Amino acid sequence: MAGEKNDERKDSASISEPTLERAAEPEIAGTIVPSRSIPNESIRSESLDPETVAAKALAAEKAVEGPASQVAGAGKAAQVEPGAAHTDAVNRDPVNSDAVNRVATTGSVSETPKLDLVRAAYEHPLPIRITHWVNAISLFVMITSGLRIFRAFPSFGPKIPQKILIDIPKSLTLGGWLGGALQWHFTFMWLFAASGVFYAIYQVASGHFRTMLFTPRDIPGVWPMARHYFFFGPKPPADGQYNPLQKLAYTSTIGFGILSLLTGMVLYKPTQFSWLAFLFGGFHLTRIWHFAAMCGFLAFIPGHLIMVALHGWSNFVSMLSGWKREPEYQE
Amino acid sequence: MIKRLQDKELKRLSRRELLKLAPVAALGVFAFPKLSDHLVEAGVHFSDWASGVLFRSKHRAQTYSRSEVAPFAKFPYNGYDVLDPEVDLEKWTLTVEGDVQHPGEYTLAQIRALPKLNQNTRHVCVEGWDVIGAFGGTPISNFLRLIGANTNARFVEVECSDDYYESIDMASALHPQSLLCYEMYEQPLDRKHGAPLRLQMPTKLGYKQAKYLDTFRITNVLKAGKTGYWEDQGYSWFGGL
Repeated sequence: MAGEKNDERKDSASISEPTLERAAEPEIAGTIVPSRSIPNESIRSESLDPETVAAKALAAEKAVEGPASQVAGAGKAAQVEPGAAHTDAVNRDPVNSDAVNRVATTGSVSETPKLDLVRAAYEHPLPIRITHWVNAISLFVMITSGLRIFRAFPSFGPKIPQKILIDIPKSLTLGGWLGGALQWHFTFMWLFAASGVFYAIYQVASGHFRTMLFTPRDIPGVWPMARHYFFFGPKPPADGQYNPLQKLAYTSTIGFGILSLLTGMVLYKPTQFSWLAFLFGGFHLTRIWHFAAMCGFLAFIPGHLIMVALHGWSNFVSMLSGWKREPEYQE
Repeated sequence: MIKRLQDKELKRLSRRELLKLAPVAALGVFAFPKLSDHLVEAGVHFSDWASGVLFRSKHRAQTYSRSEVAPFAKFPYNGYDVLDPEVDLEKWTLTVEGDVQHPGEYTLAQIRALPKLNQNTRHVCVEGWDVIGAFGGTPISNFLRLIGANTNARFVEVECSDDYYESIDMASALHPQSLLCYEMYEQPLDRKHGAPLRLQMPTKLGYKQAKYLDTFRITNVLKAGKTGYWEDQGYSWFGGL
């Protein structure tokens, strides 16, 4: 990492804040250069740190080569950001000068603190992380045990004559037999429901839902994002924790969750929840809705996992620790 | 809400937040079959308890018009072992035991003499299929009165000629649509459907609707491993709809 190398270079350590990773991103490099309102620092950073200079040159090259929208995005961010960036620079200064002093007085390399500052965002509050993982486990159990239950009567038609709609391999299922699968299903349904209700209450009460709820304002951003993901289109600038397509996906899963819970209640107690059964068109149709909710999750999960894998370790870690290192958005 | 932190500080914060997530790891116990077997059993017990609380003794299951009833040929025969245990219908009596004032043998004629209810209701199998059938019989509550049952007792237990056995909660037994059923599709019960007498409760799953009734017992205690044929293997005991 750049940080460790910086420890060995006393002079450059004090102003090495723009690390290689940061500088290598054209959008960010674009914001940093104009935001350095303290000329000295800017000069020092560019003249004293060869690595940063090299990285910035690379970044500039990339920016020139890159698609027009990236350059435009970088410029826009630079215009919007100077105030915030300036404050940051001021805030950073005491730290840096303090460090310079310490380095100067001690003169010892080993005692030099790690000075490189990392951009980080606390993206996922604890309740979100807990419900995310409880949901992930619950969904795994509900889907695999649900498929085993479905296997007992893999049809949506009558019992006589029975048509087998899908032959689900036993290896994909949990519970061993219908009764065992039902035990898993009837145990984790409580966990899944409790987690979902808690999640919903937390999202609304904390206002955190604004980061992820898909609203009509996000509609225009869906296609550019989809074009970027699926047809190698230019990457639209990131202006929040989630892009419109992510919001759409995450909001949909809430819909699948609500649908699976309500239809599950009907299948479990069609008589006690007869009003709900009526809403879904009766017991028989509700089974199809319940299955459809699972299909929704099955459509979401592989895409979600692939995206997490593509976006790297820090993205995955953020759902464990809450903190996202070097997020690609600005605010 | 981007912050600029020292790498060390970010690592410290991340570690601290990660540790707060530790309780979720408790779900890992489900990965051990010896533990999960008990846990999911407990889950079903909890579900059964909740089902008893949810159960509304006056709330009726939906009934259907005769035209919505599936043809007799499309109402499945379902048995766990033999479909016809060859009950001697001439000599058949129902043995009544337990917490009742008048224990003994009851004939089908005595049961038929009680007020009759015809109902077209949905039969739901635990496997997921469902079929609307036409049933006739007497509400169990009538029979409980006839035998002088203590309706404060907790359970009704039945044993069957095919060695099947079942037990239900008293609230479900007293439900107005819970029948001692001796007719299906306006005909005396077919042998394969449980002749001469079966349970028919639209508020319960199919496996609770015991066929070929032989013994009828009122009790406060269910013996462990003797709560119901399928229940003893893992099905939900309440099995309510």
